[in-house]
Amino acid sequence: MRTLRGLFVLAAFGLAASGCSSIEPWVKPYDRENLADPIMVFTRAPISQDFLDHVFESREGSRGATGGGGGGCGCN
Amino acid sequence: MPDKIHTAPFRFAITWIFLAGLALAGAARAGVLAEDRADALYFHYDGGGVTISGPSVLVRKSIGEHVSVQGNYYIDMVSSASVDVETSASPYEDERKQGSFSVDFLHGNSTYSLGYVSSDESDYQAKTMFASVSHDMFGDLTTISFSYKNGKNDVFRNLKDPNTGVVANDPAFQEEMESKSYSVSLSQIITKNLVLAGQYEVITDEGWLNSPYRSVRFFIGSEDQGQQAEVYPNTRSSNATSIRAKYFLPYRAALDAMYRFYTDTWGIVGHTGELGYVHPLDTPWGGGNWIFETRVRYYTQSAADFYMDIFPRADFANFMARDKELATYSAVTAGVGATYEFKIQRFPWLSRAQLNLRYDYMMVNYDDFRDARFSLGSFGTLPEDPLAPGTEPLYELRANIIQFYISAFF
Repeated sequence: MRTLRGLFVLAAFGLAASGCSSIEPWVKPYDRENLADPIMVFTRAPISQDFLDHVFESREGSRGATGGGGGGCGCN
Repeated sequence: MPDKIHTAPFRFAITWIFLAGLALAGAARAGVLAEDRADALYFHYDGGGVTISGPSVLVRKSIGEHVSVQGNYYIDMVSSASVDVETSASPYEDERKQGSFSVDFLHGNSTYSLGYVSSDESDYQAKTMFASVSHDMFGDLTTISFSYKNGKNDVFRNLKDPNTGVVANDPAFQEEMESKSYSVSLSQIITKNLVLAGQYEVITDEGWLNSPYRSVRFFIGSEDQGQQAEVYPNTRSSNATSIRAKYFLPYRAALDAMYRFYTDTWGIVGHTGELGYVHPLDTPWGGGNWIFETRVRYYTQSAADFYMDIFPRADFANFMARDKELATYSAVTAGVGATYEFKIQRFPWLSRAQLNLRYDYMMVNYDDFRDARFSLGSFGTLPEDPLAPGTEPLYELRANIIQFYISAFF
């Protein structure tokens, strides 16, 4: 089992290293003006989004995969 | 008894991919640290008998070209007379203070982050550390990130002295819980107007996971009811997968969409969907630039396996819960926001400043959580014509959420 895991890791390394150089970026740097616009960030104000994530997480059974951080809370 | 999700294979994979990501660091172009900024927020939540308000302050500052630090301080001032509190306790006020600090280190096109969050309230203390690495590749079209969080929390129980009215921790009660989170996310530029991001996060909790104040209720005969303390499993493991998209519209506006799928070992299945629209005005107005935003979020979940609004009898099962957060329900939250952005000529070091106002309205409709005030009364006072237990109307929650914040960019 450990040997299989080691082989998996080496294979992942090899694939990652060899795959990087063969794919050319299809959106050139001079075409990224729209993507760099401030309105295109996923979270324009982390202070506001963190607060809303805290509100939802305190009231819902779901948690995680929101892109935010945060600590614990005894929010009953 | 709910089986533990076998997270070991996922944690193994994420750990080794994390190390592979570190090995890829140091390639050609540099990544970018987050912008220097300072924000001050005032928030106010009012709904379901609970009001929470307070300030939050955040400052992010770069040191040189490779390091950025961020600090945040946040206070929740809580005044609670929620439906759970009305049927089993007395109204209370509390204050939760949270401080966090993090450091980002940029090396090549990798960013390494380390942070610490500490929160303190009269009956709960939480300490969380987090570490993450993100790496830009394929000509900066792709960003892959891995993060790990470990939280250790101490749970206490407040008792009110009947003679003096003073509230203090019960010396006979102290419990602990530990939470670990493993997350991998990928952001991919698809076209010159479209970016997608996906995230997968596994969270495992162990220890005291319920509330020392909350009760479940059960039938006594066919028309009476009793209450006993809730009993939860001491482990919980969850998986959440989300995908987000952001699209630039040709007249300069942005549309975004998000979907998250959630499951856990308590039997909860949750679906979250959100749509947002950001619209900046073409021309300045009133001396500054305006950005408007609207957002709608839909959430639905199915109840935990050990949740019931009212159990058939006392000690019905090994695990029993009546927390409405674990019930079956759906919720819609809709919000609007406005940003006024301006420059102050007298302060050339200030790149720009913003005044922001946001309002959200949350509507929650429960499918299997009833408003027990119609049978149990409120704060120990029975209603004039109490309803039979189990016949009360289903509970609905409506909440107003207001945020006002000032942002300064350097």
